[in-house]
Amino acid sequence: MKDLLAAIMLSGIYGLLSASFFVAMDAVDVAFTEASVGAGISTLLMLAAITITGHSEDPVRHKPVLAAIVVFITGGMLIYGTLDMPYFGTAQAPVHLHVVPRYITESMQEIGVPNIVTSVLASYRAFDTLGEVVVIFTAGMGVLALLSMVHGPMEKAEFESINDSMHEKYLILRIVTKILIPFILIYALYVQFHGDYGPGGGFQAGVIFAAAIILYAMLFGMRTARRVVNQALVRLIAAFGVLFYGSVGVVSLLNGKNFLDYSALSADPVAGQHLGILLIELGVGFTVASVMVIIFFNFEGRRKKSNTTETKV
Amino acid sequence: MILGLYNYWIVVVLMMIGFYIVIAHGNLVKKIIGLTIFQTSVFIFYISIAKVNGGTAPIIAEGIQLYSNPLPHVLILTAIVVGIATTAVGLALAVRIKEAYGSIEEDEIQKKDNLDC
Amino acid sequence: MNISSGLFLLVGSFLCVSGGVGVLRFPDFYTRMHAVGVTDTLATAMILIGLMLQMPEGIVVLKLIVILLMTLFISPTASHALANAAMNNNLKPKLNMNEDSKGQTSSNP
Repeated sequence: MKDLLAAIMLSGIYGLLSASFFVAMDAVDVAFTEASVGAGISTLLMLAAITITGHSEDPVRHKPVLAAIVVFITGGMLIYGTLDMPYFGTAQAPVHLHVVPRYITESMQEIGVPNIVTSVLASYRAFDTLGEVVVIFTAGMGVLALLSMVHGPMEKAEFESINDSMHEKYLILRIVTKILIPFILIYALYVQFHGDYGPGGGFQAGVIFAAAIILYAMLFGMRTARRVVNQALVRLIAAFGVLFYGSVGVVSLLNGKNFLDYSALSADPVAGQHLGILLIELGVGFTVASVMVIIFFNFEGRRKKSNTTETKV
Repeated sequence: MILGLYNYWIVVVLMMIGFYIVIAHGNLVKKIIGLTIFQTSVFIFYISIAKVNGGTAPIIAEGIQLYSNPLPHVLILTAIVVGIATTAVGLALAVRIKEAYGSIEEDEIQKKDNLDC
Repeated sequence: MNISSGLFLLVGSFLCVSGGVGVLRFPDFYTRMHAVGVTDTLATAMILIGLMLQMPEGIVVLKLIVILLMTLFISPTASHALANAAMNNNLKPKLNMNEDSKGQTSSNP
């Protein structure tokens, strides 16, 4: 492929196909996340990147024959390595035998949440999820460190003229989007709080929320979007999400139990689990949404100042 | 025996495609796309391990006895979101390289580096 | 109930496939967009109605109705966005498709 735009579109389709594969494999939570992240945000970020770096690539390949030989040898060794693995779908494979039966049978009594993935993610393995939220936050900080730019105030007359010229071109889209964005935000909240009973939870909800804000920013211009969504507030919310998550754990510590042991949060252990899961999913949702918004706004803000007509990607 | 293992082979094929893209193409954004393909193949590996024949999605409901394994789902859920975060950092680096060197083709970047030394 | 639901699902799948064939076979960007915009929206609506008929009571029907409304809003808007973007970037539609045997293009009103 010489055209990066086509390659990025194909990788978006690949993400969507793998999401449908995950549904076929009964992994509904993962499919939801992959569809929203891999087929949505990932394509968007790559497109935002190539508006700065250029649409096409040099067709020269580095030593393709040698690379192909290395790839074939590695592939052959990997296939040889899989000959010992358990067959696809057997119930006796080692992965199903050690810890997982306890999760499946005890989850309803100990935690009372029907979605086992949420109960494992938010309660049994909450410490891993804390680490992962910190990684997302750090990636947001990394993008901020690399790409942030201070934007001076624009003349009000210039701003109005750009806004009017764009309004003509994008009228239908703006009107439809104005109707749709509240519904997308409500859907994000629904996914956030429904994660206990069906697929969903903090990650997916954060991504959908960020997608609504990015849609607004794409159609109404970055200047308007920066006035609507204050960048300092978004950074504050990103940090606050991580802090909130950690503080739930510290509260458990202060009550005499282990870090992130939710039974310390309330008199009844199951109610404590529910409360703990709700609070940390909120923390995750805050951080993921704000980091995605930070990343997108910084990519878009880095485009050359000479490009004053906001071309939609 | 051979037919029972086909899911691993699909994963290996996808992984090798991603690997080839990373080592053979010179454009930085193309390499990042190759990394994304590689990542997704690893996700497919884990999720195909989790599937149990005759099981359903791991959401407790009335009358269902056999569930698919939820533990790899949890791991991959976090892995997907972390993957997009690191892809974002990689793309930010590519943007900065473009601004510093004027191009994101590996050959031209190395030429400029050799000239400056 | 099963027959009518199956019928809707079949019609929806056929429309989807015909939209795909249209994308491959039509000569120009705008004609392709028209083909896929119309058929994809209708195909999604048919499939959703077929799914609604599978389980006619419960909260699932409400959720499917909401999805149907959303799709009716979003899918034509997406086609419009693509065609608008193409128009704004000066992609000209191919208008002179007819040539008679003398090699002269007939005038298209």
